[in-house]
Amino acid sequence: MSNCSGALNRRHILAVILLASAAALAARGAQAEDAVSLSLTIKDGKFEPAELHAPAGRALEIHVTNLNTIPSEFESSDLHFEKIVPVGKEAVVRVRPQQPGRYNLFDDFHRETQGVLVVQ
Amino acid sequence: MLAALIIVFREVFEAGLIVGIVMAVTAGVRGRALWISGGVGAGILGACVVALFTGGLSQLFGGTGQEVFNAGILGFAVVMLTWHNVWMSRHGRELAEELRAAGEAVVAGSKSLLALAIVVAVAVLREGSEVVLFLYGVAAAQGGGSWAMVTGGFAGLVLGSLVCLLTYLGLLSIPSRYLFGVTSALIAFLAAGMAAQAIAFLEQANIVTALDQTMWNTSWLLKDSSFLGRALHTLIGYVDQPTAMQVVVYALTLAVIAILMKLFATPQAQRPRAA
Repeated sequence: MSNCSGALNRRHILAVILLASAAALAARGAQAEDAVSLSLTIKDGKFEPAELHAPAGRALEIHVTNLNTIPSEFESSDLHFEKIVPVGKEAVVRVRPQQPGRYNLFDDFHRETQGVLVVQ
Repeated sequence: MLAALIIVFREVFEAGLIVGIVMAVTAGVRGRALWISGGVGAGILGACVVALFTGGLSQLFGGTGQEVFNAGILGFAVVMLTWHNVWMSRHGRELAEELRAAGEAVVAGSKSLLALAIVVAVAVLREGSEVVLFLYGVAAAQGGGSWAMVTGGFAGLVLGSLVCLLTYLGLLSIPSRYLFGVTSALIAFLAAGMAAQAIAFLEQANIVTALDQTMWNTSWLLKDSSFLGRALHTLIGYVDQPTAMQVVVYALTLAVIAILMKLFATPQAQRPRAA
């Protein structure tokens, strides 16, 4: 095994990557169907509404529209997502089912833009 | 100004940790300055291009373009890091011995340098595109930017670069006979962390949905959004609430790297081989 060539080595790595990607694609589910849809706009440096409500234990889809004149990064450190929302565009953030609680929302490019997701 | 400083510092800091490690890994290799600065340059250029096309990019793949793109370039970096480690396990020891014997720099294969230059480019591109977007946003809002923003951004850049330098110097202070082991481990953890991060993006895009239950929650101990949390996230992929899939992929990446390194290691003449 000590005289394996570099080409074989690359082929091995490639095979692992291909397998992983195939597995990833195969794992694509239709889970989004039963997600609860929420929407939010960013306008004049504020979230509207500033407080979102969602049921516990359900997957969520937050539709964010940026009506500011500058790009935003819609983020939540509690929920572990960040998503750049270009001017005038809508972005969708998917959130896994959560326990009841309050989860922060903010625009990472403009930290004064704050909101909260209340799961109950 | 403070906002510009914080954002620029945070992103440069994260890229700087990776650049610092790559600099330490390639210490003494001729031509590495060119490769690394080439990687940084390509990353900055790429960041500007990505920032420019963010609008179009995010509309791809049913609105998940950003996530798929991020997962893709992270995956690419993981392959490059793996390749580097495997290459080093084959040639690293001879290089180190030559280095010690001759007491001067050796010419390493440019292939491994290319792999690391790509890793640097990916790190700079990922962190840089956020900086570009943010600064562009501020500039647009204030009609052409302001000195406060320029000062803040520049201060952030300097502080972030300092982290890169400290990482580099810190690693270099490790005795050279341990350095190879330490950097190999660092690269492996870096790769595993990036692989898990790529999975997080694919989960966010709803492409990977299997094993999506949260494995544990250590946010009470260390939030991954805190300063130390971010540093550990970059270095070893620390996440305070990983999904099962992230953990599996993390462990799998480490295992694959370890196995490939063993498989392709130089046959040991002078050192007894571990069974």
